[in-house]
Amino acid sequence: MSDRQEWPLYEVFIRSKQGLDHKHVGSLHAPDAKLALQNARDVYTRRGEGVSIWVVPSSAITASDPEDKASNFDPADDKIYRHPTFYTLPKEVDHM
Amino acid sequence: MYTQSMDIPGQQPRAVAAAEQGAQEQEFEARIAADRKVEPRDWMPEAYRRTLVRQISQHAHSEVVGMLPEGNWLTRAPTLKRKAILMAKVQDEGGHGLYLYAAAETLGVSRDTLLDQLHSGKAKYSSIFNYPTVSWADIGAIGWLVDGAAIMNQIPLCRCSYGPYARAMIRVCKEESFHQRQGYEIMLALANGTPAQKRMAQDALDRWWWPVLAMFGPHDSDSQHSGQSMRWGIKRVSNDDLRQKFVDATVPQAELLGLTLPDPLLKWNAQRGHYDFGPIDWDDFWKVVNGDGPCNRERLATRVRAHAEGAWVREAAMAHAEKQRRKAHQEAA
Repeated sequence: MSDRQEWPLYEVFIRSKQGLDHKHVGSLHAPDAKLALQNARDVYTRRGEGVSIWVVPSSAITASDPEDKASNFDPADDKIYRHPTFYTLPKEVDHM
Repeated sequence: MYTQSMDIPGQQPRAVAAAEQGAQEQEFEARIAADRKVEPRDWMPEAYRRTLVRQISQHAHSEVVGMLPEGNWLTRAPTLKRKAILMAKVQDEGGHGLYLYAAAETLGVSRDTLLDQLHSGKAKYSSIFNYPTVSWADIGAIGWLVDGAAIMNQIPLCRCSYGPYARAMIRVCKEESFHQRQGYEIMLALANGTPAQKRMAQDALDRWWWPVLAMFGPHDSDSQHSGQSMRWGIKRVSNDDLRQKFVDATVPQAELLGLTLPDPLLKWNAQRGHYDFGPIDWDDFWKVVNGDGPCNRERLATRVRAHAEGAWVREAAMAHAEKQRRKAHQEAA
């Protein structure tokens, strides 16, 4: 039954309203980008969820490896001086 | 991200040393204990992956097969409004199937494999869809009770430990609330209609009540997969607790309709703070699960036929897309 070629996978991103980022909402199979867009519209925006859609072939996404999570992201933990709350200022100007 | 096919630079398949696997397993257990989410490419025990594939794909199959009993009434809905509503609901169910297949695919299994398992009868779907929809009131009863029970079941799944499944469930639950409300509204219209319409509503309730209670699955003491699924944070509330919650919520709704739940043993128990209810016919439940319900063969045959008859469309679309790509390539050259 499945000797035919499965439609490629696309990731779907939707801008919920003008001024906001496109956000990943899910994925779907489609033969090409044009139909992926149309299917995304039919499946992911049935109740006014968005004003703009991006579809991206899943295979075109390059992702970081979860095994590298510690070496990638932990170094930020000890750089608390990157956050505004690190600095104690006189009360008079503390809303800065 | 709902995919397994992303490219990770420099990643090579490698044999994992036993010691390393022990460490990974510890990390996984710690993550579950801390109630943090597991994402697709995180390490997970094979049994956890298998359990999820089984549960999510069964759930997806249920959404897809669930379109059939209601689809039966699309051309016979009593008004244009009801028809538009039913069409929207059936379309939602198809969408829910898609979200769930996509979540299952993140675990490294292809859509085609899952569909083959459904079509060959190897994979199960919810036994409730093997009962017939013989009157319009059945559409009301399905929305009110079947979708009501599904919501009860799905809300805790929004907190499931596996990220893609939890996210799919959040989306599904958001859409599902209209399903139950439109069903109750159908029952309300019938219950307040002519005596014949009210009888129709009561008849549907009589037929659906017990299969819906069975939908929550075997008693906790007999539930094969429950214990491990609870420990893994895949399942959050037990079958019996969900069933009780559903009964407690539904009794006053039936009273408001002026309909009678078909259970002479149903009684408020002030001591427990819950309704007591009669025993479920588990022999009937297992008969339906194992293929001998009123509509098992018809449902599966309809599903397989729809898939087979759509094959040429899927193949043609793929051939067209490939032709366009070749053409664009030649023009660029």
